[in-house]
Amino acid sequence: MNAIYLLFILVLAIFVGFELIRKVPATLHTPLMSGANAISGITVIGALALAGGEHGELASYLGAFAVFLATINVVGGYLVTDRMLAMFKNKEGANK
Amino acid sequence: MNDMSIFINFVYVISATLFIFGLKLLSHPSTARKGNLLSASGMLIAAVVTLLDNQIINYEYLIVAILAGSLVGAVAAKKVQMTSMPELVSLFNGIGGLASLTVAWATLLGGENLSVFVSSVSALAFLIGGITFSGSVVAWGKLSERIIGRPVVFKGQVIANLLLVASIFVVIVLLVTEPNSIQWQVTLVVLALLMGIMLVLPIGGADMPVVISLLNSYSGLAACAAGFALENNLLIVAGALVGASGIILTSIMCKAMNRSLTNVLTSGFQPVVESNIEIEGEVKPLSADDAFYVLEAAQSVLVIPGYGMAVAQAQHALKELQGLLEQNGAEVAYAIHPVAGRMPGHMNVLLAEADVSYEQLFEMDEINPRIEGFDVAIVIGANDVVNPAAREMKGSPIYGMPVINADLAKNVFVLKRGMATGFAGVDNPLFFKPNTRMIFGDAKETLNSMIRQFAD
Repeated sequence: MNAIYLLFILVLAIFVGFELIRKVPATLHTPLMSGANAISGITVIGALALAGGEHGELASYLGAFAVFLATINVVGGYLVTDRMLAMFKNKEGANK
Repeated sequence: MNDMSIFINFVYVISATLFIFGLKLLSHPSTARKGNLLSASGMLIAAVVTLLDNQIINYEYLIVAILAGSLVGAVAAKKVQMTSMPELVSLFNGIGGLASLTVAWATLLGGENLSVFVSSVSALAFLIGGITFSGSVVAWGKLSERIIGRPVVFKGQVIANLLLVASIFVVIVLLVTEPNSIQWQVTLVVLALLMGIMLVLPIGGADMPVVISLLNSYSGLAACAAGFALENNLLIVAGALVGASGIILTSIMCKAMNRSLTNVLTSGFQPVVESNIEIEGEVKPLSADDAFYVLEAAQSVLVIPGYGMAVAQAQHALKELQGLLEQNGAEVAYAIHPVAGRMPGHMNVLLAEADVSYEQLFEMDEINPRIEGFDVAIVIGANDVVNPAAREMKGSPIYGMPVINADLAKNVFVLKRGMATGFAGVDNPLFFKPNTRMIFGDAKETLNSMIRQFAD
């Protein structure tokens, strides 16, 4: 039953995703990708639970490695997206 | 569920809401930055509340891993040149895939008596995560020209791929029956990595916008699969959002090339289409100095950039020329084809970096209906995306692809190094049109000499 419930969430989230992202203009497609990338770093919360819990030594090491990787994604992704979005200016901003 | 776990899951709901609002604000450049901030705060509260979980006992590793990851991420984000964005995004995709793979692996290693469901979705996370990682590394190599950009094909590749898919299938079944077997875990990881390499190697540099979008989608799907393995709603929701985003971008890119995804992924295997269409007319070169006189008299100028602009780093010179043209009373607009450059939106970011306002950047469908009104169209480092053969030459390999109709402007200047064909390997009749003048040389040099003329 749990699997069905998770699947339910997946399907609904995909529809929300399609509706939201269809409205993103072509101008912002690169920041969209890097921002989405940062969001996919959400695995960090799974990694934290695995690395910090009592699941054996090997699982802790792998989990810590996953935390490292996912943090790169989260921190790097959000920072670079912000850097790009800060460059997008309207006419007044661009001619300053 | 105890109180703590209810609280954590409640915060996860807030995080998911922040992600969704963050993406919603991305629908306009004026609100996009705020959206990114919302999304980032959603991530922060999710991470903090997870750390508060009383099941977490080992904090030392975690602190070290978080600090090291933040440092690497921050340095990469601050140092990267805007022209190298495709490479960076590609690497980030790969790292995301690897993170999901590692999370699934740790789940298998840490769990006992795993259900068939958990081991199946973990196997799926291995597969998607592995493909995303190695595929992204190959894509990164191609983009940064560390490995050859054109399709790499060898004899028997199709058979090798079929064998690979079959063995992946078998190993997944074996792993699901014996989820604690290190041997099958390692084998699946190796096969998935191999699969990613085989998937991206046969794809050429010009098709990279599709590949990056697809890998972006995979990195989300891998997070989704890891979410199923951990039975974590937030991972599933966030992964699905990213997956949907990548799929939409992939389909936009494919439509903009008038090709199916299958065609893009297998194009390396297809024989090169020889077109023996004769193009009539002659190429008329023009010097940058002479071009200046036309520009000086122009009332409206349209700039159509392509990957060549990124290579020549010509965006700042372009902005300078735009300023001079506007002082001279001309209207300047930019027309951006969806697949111009190496990733979706590549040109827009470069022009934004050069302080070109986003209000002056137009999509293909906005500009084509009024392109006849422009006195001059400057094509800079673009080729296939302005090729009129797509419109008028049945039998051309790119026939049917939507293009920017640069040839319909009153005058067309093409800034180009030489007469080489574009990525599609197709001759461009635009260069032979009576209203086209070719300005040969480095695009940045050409623009600079036009700028000097304006100054005199």
